[in-house]
Amino acid sequence: MDISGHILAALLKILFIIAVVVGAFAPMLVWAERRQSAMIQDRVGPRRAHIPLPRGVVGLFRASLKPMEAGVFLSFFAAGLAILTLVLMGLFGIETVAGQDAETFYLAVIGFGIAGVLLRLGHKLHKGIVDSGGKLALLGLLHPAADAVKMIFKEDFTPPKADKFLFSIAPIITVIPAIISFAVIPFADTLYLEYWDQVVPRDGEIIATAVPMQVASLNVGILFIFAAAGTGVIGAAVGGYASDNKFSLMGGIRAASQMVSYEVALGLTIVPCFMIYDSLRLEDMAAWQHEHGWWGFFIPPLTIASILYLFAAIAETKRIPFDVPEGESELVGGYLTEYSGMKFGMFFTGEFIEVVVLAALAVVLFFGGWDVPFLYRSGFDLPGTWELTVPMTEWVITDQFLLQHWAVLLIQVLFFLFKVVVLMWLQLMIRWTLPRFRYDQLMQLCWKGLLPLSLINILVTGILVLLWT
Amino acid sequence: MFPVYLPVLILLIVASAVALGMFTATSLAGPKKPTPEKMLPYESGSNTTGASHLRMSVKFYLTAILFVVFDIEAVFLYPWASLFRELGWFGFVEMLLFLTILGVTLVYAWKKGALEWEK
Repeated sequence: MDISGHILAALLKILFIIAVVVGAFAPMLVWAERRQSAMIQDRVGPRRAHIPLPRGVVGLFRASLKPMEAGVFLSFFAAGLAILTLVLMGLFGIETVAGQDAETFYLAVIGFGIAGVLLRLGHKLHKGIVDSGGKLALLGLLHPAADAVKMIFKEDFTPPKADKFLFSIAPIITVIPAIISFAVIPFADTLYLEYWDQVVPRDGEIIATAVPMQVASLNVGILFIFAAAGTGVIGAAVGGYASDNKFSLMGGIRAASQMVSYEVALGLTIVPCFMIYDSLRLEDMAAWQHEHGWWGFFIPPLTIASILYLFAAIAETKRIPFDVPEGESELVGGYLTEYSGMKFGMFFTGEFIEVVVLAALAVVLFFGGWDVPFLYRSGFDLPGTWELTVPMTEWVITDQFLLQHWAVLLIQVLFFLFKVVVLMWLQLMIRWTLPRFRYDQLMQLCWKGLLPLSLINILVTGILVLLWT
Repeated sequence: MFPVYLPVLILLIVASAVALGMFTATSLAGPKKPTPEKMLPYESGSNTTGASHLRMSVKFYLTAILFVVFDIEAVFLYPWASLFRELGWFGFVEMLLFLTILGVTLVYAWKKGALEWEK
């Protein structure tokens, strides 16, 4: 591949990352966080943002309710009839009914079933819109967008005695490193360009143009993420320092102190991963777990490492229960006190993106990265060797299911994103379950808890690995 | 040979564009109506006393120094961890010595009260 091809590939991957992370995950996190807190506390929550629909459209929706209800009924009735026919055919050994063989009836069951479910969902959506008087609210999903628009049009305030330059640059310093940390995170197996629409052989070398499914395949790997995350500290510290406000200064200093402490802990908790996977490259780590069919989380030293990592990661993002730098009951808003408008929002964008980065990193280090159980380069291969014939048809289901290369990669990407979402949701649940730590408890957890424990974990891993090999 | 850091540079440019876009949008679209009250540092409504740059507890500086010590330790650990299997037991004992010295450092700081925040 020539250099323009490389640049084109890099651009496409960057576009994908920006779209997924900034465009989808960060707003989703905002939404989930606010909606879920509302559910836990039994409030309605932020769901008022909506697109008003014209009256004619609402009338159409209202008129469509009855036919859709009938459609749901008819679809499920037809699917039921098809099932009944199949059962009767099986019982009495009938080959064809009304000139149709069993395969047609199987297809009918699947087709009418899917149609019924889709109609049911559509009916629910239409009924919701009609009941609310023509408001397209989409479960409150429009609220993050409304928030962003609101923030942009809020007063953009700079304190008169603040250091103008540092005050303005702090939110920018927070957002940029958070985004560029994604450069080394692999989100699928290597793409072999020539095999795009073919089945890749499962074993052996493949001679084709290999495109790594990560923005940059750097030999420093994970160090790049720490370099970028380390820069993020500066944003909070500088923002607090430049605001000309006592609360901001205290928040900024607390943030700096907390983030550097937990950066040490974070860096040390994952050292056992390098020792076991024998590489600093994240793509090698994911590949190791794929080849061994064994996710890191299930290797005992790494189980401990992953739990320590989770503590350190949540503290590193300065979120509840570790949000002392911006604890509203002590410091108003910490280093955010004097910020307004989208500058305020940028700190939160950075924070949410950091949550996604740390979840994605945890997935690669401990949960197999893009590895899908039983999915190999050539397709699915379930355990055992078996064959199932669907009764009354020629259809055979085996333990092997070959897939084209693009389908394999697509499944891997989707499964990777699914794992990231699960870990983000775990962080949200912790946020809404635990109360805030005191600052001294927070620092002691790091220096007296995580740091010695991760050092011991490194030594234990070392002994185990050396005894093993 | 394709420079591997070029995509990182492109990503940096895109990320900067996103950040600067957000920043410029709010600077241009947001209204600016300063009032004397608004210009005061926000301290929950009470009047400000003294300079806003107060003296911070010495604990923060101690934490910063400890950070330097242990972050450099982590930097030394990384190359060792990635070459760990080739170095074998010899490398392990060497690293054990290094970690023991740093462990003593941590215990010393602990006993001296550098990790206590209540006092």
